[in-house]
Amino acid sequence: MNWDESLEPLLEIRDLGVDFRLKGGAVLHAVRGASFAIGKGETFGLVGESGSGKTTIGRAILRINEVSSGSVVFKGRKISGNIDASLDREVVQKIQMIFQDPMSSLNERAKVDYIVSEGLYNLRKGLGEAERSRLVQKVLLEVGLLPEFASRFPHEFSGGQRQRIGIARALIMEPELVVCDEPISALDVSIRAQVINLLSALQKEKGLTYLFIAHDLSVVRFITDRVAVINRGQIVELAETEELFARPLHGYTQALLSAIPIPDPRRERARVPLVYDSSTRDYSGAAPEWREVFPGHFVLADEAEEEAIRKKYI
Amino acid sequence: MSDTGSLLEVRDLVIRFSLRGRMLTAIRGASLSLAEGETLAIVGESGSGKSVLTKSFIGMLDQNGRIDSGSILFDGQDLAAFRGEEDWLPLRGKKIAMVFQDPMTSLNPLLTVGRQIREVIELHRGLSGRKAELATVEMLDKVGIVDPERRADQYPHEFSGGMRQRAVIAIAIACRPRILICDEPTTALDVTIQAQILGLIKALQRDFAFTTIYITHDLGVVANVADKVAVMYAGKIVETGTTEDIFYDARHPYTWALLSSLPQLGVKGSPLYSISGTPPSLFKEIKGDAFAPRNPHALKIDFEREPPMFTVSPTHRAATWLLDPRAPRVDPPEAIRAMREKYLGATI
Repeated sequence: MNWDESLEPLLEIRDLGVDFRLKGGAVLHAVRGASFAIGKGETFGLVGESGSGKTTIGRAILRINEVSSGSVVFKGRKISGNIDASLDREVVQKIQMIFQDPMSSLNERAKVDYIVSEGLYNLRKGLGEAERSRLVQKVLLEVGLLPEFASRFPHEFSGGQRQRIGIARALIMEPELVVCDEPISALDVSIRAQVINLLSALQKEKGLTYLFIAHDLSVVRFITDRVAVINRGQIVELAETEELFARPLHGYTQALLSAIPIPDPRRERARVPLVYDSSTRDYSGAAPEWREVFPGHFVLADEAEEEAIRKKYI
Repeated sequence: MSDTGSLLEVRDLVIRFSLRGRMLTAIRGASLSLAEGETLAIVGESGSGKSVLTKSFIGMLDQNGRIDSGSILFDGQDLAAFRGEEDWLPLRGKKIAMVFQDPMTSLNPLLTVGRQIREVIELHRGLSGRKAELATVEMLDKVGIVDPERRADQYPHEFSGGMRQRAVIAIAIACRPRILICDEPTTALDVTIQAQILGLIKALQRDFAFTTIYITHDLGVVANVADKVAVMYAGKIVETGTTEDIFYDARHPYTWALLSSLPQLGVKGSPLYSISGTPPSLFKEIKGDAFAPRNPHALKIDFEREPPMFTVSPTHRAATWLLDPRAPRVDPPEAIRAMREKYLGATI
């Protein structure tokens, strides 16, 4: 679905900055001036290479990474920085995360039953044992696992099944926003398709909103409604997915798209990868700004670049 | 060299592992042949046996694994008959070299990159002193590392991921191998770096004239580099052919399923094609076609008798009963047909 900009977003990132202090006192600006909004029910993609800051943004939303500047707003309320205990509880419940590597993100010493319902122990303290157990069985069925798997340990499962356990653990909290951090990149091709289909089906059924963080652009193209491209801590372009793939405007986006291998030998052999070299851009005048060049299509550019883009497409 | 004129000829290879008192058959009778200078991609999911198969070419099977039967003919020798390290030493790393997925685990963090390349050059090419030093710097230059003299004195942690993989490639080809095995060489790298590394391996292959075997699950990489493809499932090669045969004219339902489950072939908003279930356990004896329980086109015979390799064309073979003249006609899935039509349309 495409989100109507006039509606209030579910999640909004405003001019977000995240800094890390390194050994020796130097400061790493992992994320700089990032802004985007995600509508309810939308699948929003955040794409970039390793070290680009995409996971840091996801973690800042979940309040794992502290925000250095700007803010994160969830359902109209600021959830970054100091917030009161009841809002914190709400965030913990309503925003969940699915991790990349199902082999390392599950507690090896705990049974599936505990792994899936750990969040409930903390958040719904009055919950009776029978009810908790019922919820675990229900959610296991929803993610395509058998209820009796609850009594087993993670090592008894394949990668795809473990990722389903990771999804069940998020779902049981009844979240509204799920941050999916590379949820399928560690899985085999045939299992990937199963997990993608599961995520889509759950979204339809429960009206979930996804922030889908990934580096695999073919997957992003398939499942997201809109995409933001991040490079070295800065979001350089944002557009509806098909628009972005059809008309990439930023040099970095163009290079990134041109680098995807195509599983079709004839087209793959004709593919010419572009190289993005940021040093060729002269910003001695004014720093590039976030500009809406076409409706809903934003790019980080200076005035001359915007003009060049307009000329090219008109 | 074997009588068929191929550089590497694997016949009916069976490899078993003993695990906690149980027998696992990782390779259940694999055959393939590779001509000098060719690039073969072995495609399969985890557990299909693609890594085990290639590890047997350099005598690197884990302690609990052994070749049960079959042969691996290379350069007039049967590698399957090798018994100890002394058999492997003149061959491993020298005639057949390997590049692994994660460059950080194949480099020694305590030694300079130059020293690690030099070791190979001294050991296998018998150079020493200044000559070995020059050859080391030359190798780094050949793999596209800028300022090779300075870089040779640096440690792996001072290199980026892409540069580390370049260094690993330099070590692998420093002794001019006949065959270079690349096990998921770009999986751990960013997509823009991936393209550079694949381009580098291709360029080196032209310069040094070696034969390459890729192990990968990324069909985009296969489309880029391979002349020939072998598709593996549950310890068997189920289909083999030229890259065009496999992408535009696949015959095995497993190959169909692999291709169809690619997001690039999916239609947005509808579910992606997915293979239900999981691969069979290799601890148990497999009856019939191992893919049958997951195969929507499975025939009765698929559950009873193992299909032989049927010949589709001189370059193309597949192990599926659908190719038997008595089998009912089954059309490949829509997405596969569309790809073939587009291909045929472009070549006519």
